[in-house]
Amino acid sequence: MGERVDIAVVGSGPGGLSAAARAAELGVSHVLLEAAPHLSNTIFRYQKGKHVMDEPGILPLRSPLPFKAGSRENILRDWNAGVATLKVDVRYGHEVTQVARDADGFRLQCANGATVVAKHVVLGIGMQGNLRKLGVTGEDLPTVQYQLDDPDAYVGETIVVVGAGDAAIENALALAKNNQVIVINRRDEFARAKEGNLRLILRAIEEGTIQCLYNAAPESVEELRVGRKRLRMHVATQNGKAQILCDRVIARLGATAPRAFVEACGVVFPSKDPNAVPAISEKYESNVPGLYIVGALAGYPLIKQAMNQGYEVVEYILGRAVEPADEPLLKAKFRNVAGITSVNALLARIQERVPLLSKITPLQLREFLIDSEIRTPRPGDRIFERNDYTNTFFSIVDGEVAVLVDDAGKQRIALKAGEFFGEMGLISGRRRSASVVAQSNCLLIETPRRSMNRLIQSVEAVKREVDKVFIARALQSRFTPESGIEKLKEMVESAEIRQYKAGDVLFKEGEAGDCLHLVRRGSLTISRDLGGKEVVLSYVPAGNYVGEMALLGESKRSATARAAIATETIRVDGEAFKRAVGRDPLLRLRLQAEYSTRTAANLAMQQIGAGSDIVSFLLTQGAGEATDILLIDESLCVRCDNCEKACAETHHGTSRLDREAGPTFANVHVPTSCRHCEHPHCMKDCPPDAIHRAPNGEVFIADNCIGCGNCERNCPYGVIHMAAKPPKKPGLLQWLMFGRGPGPGESPYDPLKPPSPAEKKAVKCDMCKDLGGGPACVRACPTGAALRIGPDEFIAYAQSRR
Amino acid sequence: MSMRDSMLSFAGARYLWVALVLVVASVVAYLWHDPIGVPNGGTWLGYTLGTIGALLIVWLMLLGIRKRRYGNRFGTMLGWASAHVYLGTALIAIAFLHSGFQVGLNIHTLALVLMLLVIASGMFGVFAYLRYPALMTRNRDNTTRDAMLDEIVELDQQALALADAVDPKIHAAILRSNERTQLGGSAWRLLRPREDTDSAIDQVRAFLEQKDAEKRKDGQTRDMPTMFAMVDFLSSRAADSKNEALRKLMDVLARKKTVTTRLARDLQLQALMEVWLYVHVPLSFALLGALTAHIVSVFFYW
Repeated sequence: MGERVDIAVVGSGPGGLSAAARAAELGVSHVLLEAAPHLSNTIFRYQKGKHVMDEPGILPLRSPLPFKAGSRENILRDWNAGVATLKVDVRYGHEVTQVARDADGFRLQCANGATVVAKHVVLGIGMQGNLRKLGVTGEDLPTVQYQLDDPDAYVGETIVVVGAGDAAIENALALAKNNQVIVINRRDEFARAKEGNLRLILRAIEEGTIQCLYNAAPESVEELRVGRKRLRMHVATQNGKAQILCDRVIARLGATAPRAFVEACGVVFPSKDPNAVPAISEKYESNVPGLYIVGALAGYPLIKQAMNQGYEVVEYILGRAVEPADEPLLKAKFRNVAGITSVNALLARIQERVPLLSKITPLQLREFLIDSEIRTPRPGDRIFERNDYTNTFFSIVDGEVAVLVDDAGKQRIALKAGEFFGEMGLISGRRRSASVVAQSNCLLIETPRRSMNRLIQSVEAVKREVDKVFIARALQSRFTPESGIEKLKEMVESAEIRQYKAGDVLFKEGEAGDCLHLVRRGSLTISRDLGGKEVVLSYVPAGNYVGEMALLGESKRSATARAAIATETIRVDGEAFKRAVGRDPLLRLRLQAEYSTRTAANLAMQQIGAGSDIVSFLLTQGAGEATDILLIDESLCVRCDNCEKACAETHHGTSRLDREAGPTFANVHVPTSCRHCEHPHCMKDCPPDAIHRAPNGEVFIADNCIGCGNCERNCPYGVIHMAAKPPKKPGLLQWLMFGRGPGPGESPYDPLKPPSPAEKKAVKCDMCKDLGGGPACVRACPTGAALRIGPDEFIAYAQSRR
Repeated sequence: MSMRDSMLSFAGARYLWVALVLVVASVVAYLWHDPIGVPNGGTWLGYTLGTIGALLIVWLMLLGIRKRRYGNRFGTMLGWASAHVYLGTALIAIAFLHSGFQVGLNIHTLALVLMLLVIASGMFGVFAYLRYPALMTRNRDNTTRDAMLDEIVELDQQALALADAVDPKIHAAILRSNERTQLGGSAWRLLRPREDTDSAIDQVRAFLEQKDAEKRKDGQTRDMPTMFAMVDFLSSRAADSKNEALRKLMDVLARKKTVTTRLARDLQLQALMEVWLYVHVPLSFALLGALTAHIVSVFFYW
């Protein structure tokens, strides 16, 4: 039958732990089920001594357990002490495998056979998932590990790495530097690995630095008392059984995604997007009554938020009204807005006025508002300027704004309460396509990119609505900016959004043309086959269209269009387009003008031959998604590294660029340096949302970085590092005359001062946005080799190098 | 700024024109000026040109400080370097016009000689900066210095392992060759690199020839003129594992030879781009000293 409790908490992360502690404090019958043999596995697995930060600083902590910024060890020690004092009923090694509802409430089945029946369940299992274990005897031995924090911690050992994925390969390669490594691959190849990793591991195996057993499976692991090696592993191989004597086993077998488990509990996810989180009510209750979700799984990745939710969820379960911890923050948002008395009144007004936001739950709206700003601009205030690089999204609650499409301000479009704007910059990742000016009685919600994207991803209705409006506006502003959308009605209805991966072909030279593509994010290259060689003729960034040539005059495609990076286009049906052109002579004239300039440009490009290779080279380096990329002309670069020194000197002693690394083609070198991508990969998964884009396009990391390293991992170009602030350097004269400390341009190491275990934060290029006058790397280059350009300039750059 | 500006073409060679105007104006003034006696540094024009020259020297030396003021927003390094090159060259004319082409064995001419040496080393620098970067890129062939070093270490180990399987004598030869391979170190070594793969290749070849001679004595009479033919011959007899190892060893050594030569050339080119500074900068300070002495002595003996 199993034991009965009021509240069963699954997972002892910050959220679950805090919930169980609150229940213990109130004397409610509870149990805290944790799969690992210790509390808070995710934080437990942080690297030793890692400094854990307590963002957001403004949010008060509400939990029976303490939490403030400090080392991983101190935080875990405090929590262990708190759990002991409060007598929290925690069960280690209880991995919950099933949560089923029955008449008594919930029945929780654990992997070790235990069963718990609970009236309420709080799920706090995070997003990390459970690491898959070996599944053989000995899998829990202390020297059988499922992750590797620091490969340099092991020297001279014999280590068996089990697995064939990227994690296993990376571990094996890193360990092979100082250890003897044997890889056990269950299959006959490394099918799941990235190409780079695959090449490295195959080379290491060929050279014999790593041994690999293919088609092999571990059967058991036993600890040895005598002999020089600590473990003996039995392995089944193609040629029979084998024994390996080793010091350590590292198994990297991936993780079981928590989503499958959560769905098995009956919880519904709003979309297939892997980042989607289940929808929960204001009281953290999921669609399964009595089943509550807190923490990262509910979309709250920060420790303090999760701990507050743990506290609140217990209060809600007990039927008590508790003011959410974010209430004062929300109140502060509308402090200066007349006519709003309470948070609930504000929420109600927003949901009543703005159809887009009426589709989301009150909890989602609260979260949305905490990230957002409420703005009440005076009539005539500029909200954003055309060509700015900002990417926030605006919803109009009250009043009206005017959108100025051209610089002269002749074309104005009025947007009224309930509508939204700023979606172009948000989706394309490019400059604002128009300026917006406030009119009377404006009440706007300005939402940062990340919160808006999260909302779009997690609420299908919001995505549909935003896409619908985007298509209409994009077509109208591109084709009939001087008149309304009515003329394009048929085109808009025929339009649909298409997605392409980098390198995918939209259409091929010589095909019959039946449609037109307006690029909405990403970019394309247009190329032609000249003598068996694909020659790039032009680069088409977001906001432009391709494919109209075949619809207007020629019937066959005159060139091939290919996605330079992951790209989304609006595909417009060819017939509808032709009819629209037929009806509107003005549109016809405009298209013809653009057509002839484009043909001329293509012809010019065709003639320069070699320049096209440079453009192709840059695009294969991923430069197509850049907004501003550092290039070095190696026919001028004297390798003085003044660029790196200047970067370090102007940015707390750490250079954010690596001049030497990176490929070179025709003397054009692409160093390892930030490209300020249109859709920065680094922004993808930043818990405190510390990465932003400045109005001039610089992607930078703000001071509230918590040093988690997600951006470093997400950046495909390796331009982000974790670095601590070094001690201050002595002045130039002090160095010159008295030999004090490191000189200008020298590394900040100071032999007189011991290095302090300072907290590390992520650092990257900010294009010296705070210095004025342009990036220091380019300014410091004495030979003119360093240059920063955007993809729009690639063709001109290639031509200049002919 | 155009997309391709070098030190010489910066801003449409703006400082070339500034320098030319300065030189032409000085020459015109010199020709027009009719001093009492021969033209010399003591006339008003001599003092004027001397002051301009001295100020120019001080300003040219400030480049060293400007270069290290990385946060400085006053012009770009490219602009400063361009001005440095052209105005520095103009100094030759200014200095000679200042002295009225008088030279002698004295402190004044010492300053002049030092100045000319500094300018000459600087001109080599400009030449090096324009010539060597492209050579370096071509030589690098898209690899990095660290990657080349890693490869050499790896090849050394492979060679040793292979040599081990062949013969203790070969092993010793390879080991010696590895130990002797020295890239970089002193300035001299950077400019005149030495690497010792050839001797190892020679010894392996000698070993092969010796073996071959033994074989020939046994009745085989094939001529072996080149190493390549030998390798061909050896590879045709794949059964012999020693020969297989020897063949591989030759490959490894040949590869090592390629990589070490490339790396040595890389270091050499880098050294060429830096070595002139070790003349240019100390001589500049010497010049500053001599210039001070020149000025003080002129005023002292006035």
